[in-house]
Amino acid sequence: MKHERRHESISLEHQNYLRRGKKKSILVNAVRLGLLLFLVGLWELVTALGWADPFLVSSPSRIAKTIASLYTEGTLFYHIGVTLSETLIGFAAAVLLGLLVALLLWWSEVLRRVLEPYIVVLNALPKIALGPLIIIWCGTGSRAIVFMTILVTVILVILHMLSAFLSADGGKMLLLKSMGASKAQMLIKLILPSSLPAFVSMLKVAVGMSWIGSIMGEYIVSRAGLGYLIVYGGQVFKLDLVMAATVILCFLAALMYFLVALLERKLLKS
Amino acid sequence: MKEILAFENVRLTYHTRQGEVTALKGLTFSLREGEFAAMIGPSGCGKSTVLSLAAGLLQPSEGKVALHGSIGYMLQRDELFPWRTIEKNLYLPLEVQKKNTPERRERALALAEKYGLAGFLKSYPSELSGGMRQRAALIRTLVMEPDLLLLDEPFSALDYQTRLLVAADVARIIRGEKKTALLITHDISEAVSLADRIFVLTARPARLLSAHETDFCSSDPLKRREEPRFSGWFEKLWRELNP
Repeated sequence: MKHERRHESISLEHQNYLRRGKKKSILVNAVRLGLLLFLVGLWELVTALGWADPFLVSSPSRIAKTIASLYTEGTLFYHIGVTLSETLIGFAAAVLLGLLVALLLWWSEVLRRVLEPYIVVLNALPKIALGPLIIIWCGTGSRAIVFMTILVTVILVILHMLSAFLSADGGKMLLLKSMGASKAQMLIKLILPSSLPAFVSMLKVAVGMSWIGSIMGEYIVSRAGLGYLIVYGGQVFKLDLVMAATVILCFLAALMYFLVALLERKLLKS
Repeated sequence: MKEILAFENVRLTYHTRQGEVTALKGLTFSLREGEFAAMIGPSGCGKSTVLSLAAGLLQPSEGKVALHGSIGYMLQRDELFPWRTIEKNLYLPLEVQKKNTPERRERALALAEKYGLAGFLKSYPSELSGGMRQRAALIRTLVMEPDLLLLDEPFSALDYQTRLLVAADVARIIRGEKKTALLITHDISEAVSLADRIFVLTARPARLLSAHETDFCSSDPLKRREEPRFSGWFEKLWRELNP
């Protein structure tokens, strides 16, 4: 039987196979880290030797100094907090709203057909075009940025989840129907559990979209946040500030993606 | 004996935007309680449509379908839910039909025990062989305590060796539980080895071409295949399907 195989004791050949695999992943990780150190070192060297103007390209040490001074001024975590909360609130709202709309569209074929062209147009529309409207409707505070984040993310959630809901196994639907299942039972017993992998992969993409939304929002209107620092730094030609905010952004985006990946492993374990 | 399913002059027409297709026309047959019947016909003749009608998933365009009792549907593939353990899969019909009581769950477990699934209850379907999965699918169908089992080519997704064994297995369980069954298949030898009664359908639009009562000594499909009259039955049905 298939399920007994994993209880067998590990043979020498298999141990060697595992060891080779481990060696390879250590090598990949080492080269990854090496590449990062090399690029950072090269950047520092090129600017220190005067081959490139640090005023234009900044440098790792100047970025570190900028971050340190933001920290001592006490504004570092304030800006991070503003952007992070906007992104997270927008992300959560977009996922909830998108799921709800996708469920409604799955439930009613007529509604789906009615709304299809609207969703297609909204999906194709560059959301930044709505910038002036958003300012007028939501003011110039965090509300506008959260709204932009939702706008950018929600369509993706709807389309991704709707296609997952609609692609449920026909044989299993027939089986449930033959048992006399209601539409709500179909949803709970089959559609939702079978869409779990799609849900997690959607979260991964939606995290990225939320960052795009919140930073784009901060570009249009803001008085704080990492996007604000980038725009402000660009306007006053302080590229150290632009680079510092970008580096922090990289870290945060990677961290959030990593958390979702962790969630994925937890949810899809079985 | 009591009649459990009766088709009376049934016509069924499918409508799509491309046009309409009449799958069945003037189909009449009936099934008695306790019978193991098989239905064969040329491929694409609308055999599965007969099951959908019997299950009430489709309404006839014309004529009458009378079902006295409840049905259990078994499909080509086992359709076990991969995120549920075998045990939870067996409880699925109970949950759907709001009969999820301790007594019924116990009965389900007793069935699983009786037919050798006890050791797999906590396993996921992916950990079982194809034959075991199909057996689990049958037990799941039996958990509903259906009066009539509808089998839609339940062995066609298995490889030949497994198919013979699983067919014998399923036949033994169905006969052991004294259930009425209607098996749809395109495999003549499968129909002959399993069924007491065989309905032959014509090409589309399908109607009944003939009905036969088989006369084997054994009810075990594997033994039937060894009986001399097996090849006679095979040839007879082959001729009817390929005149």
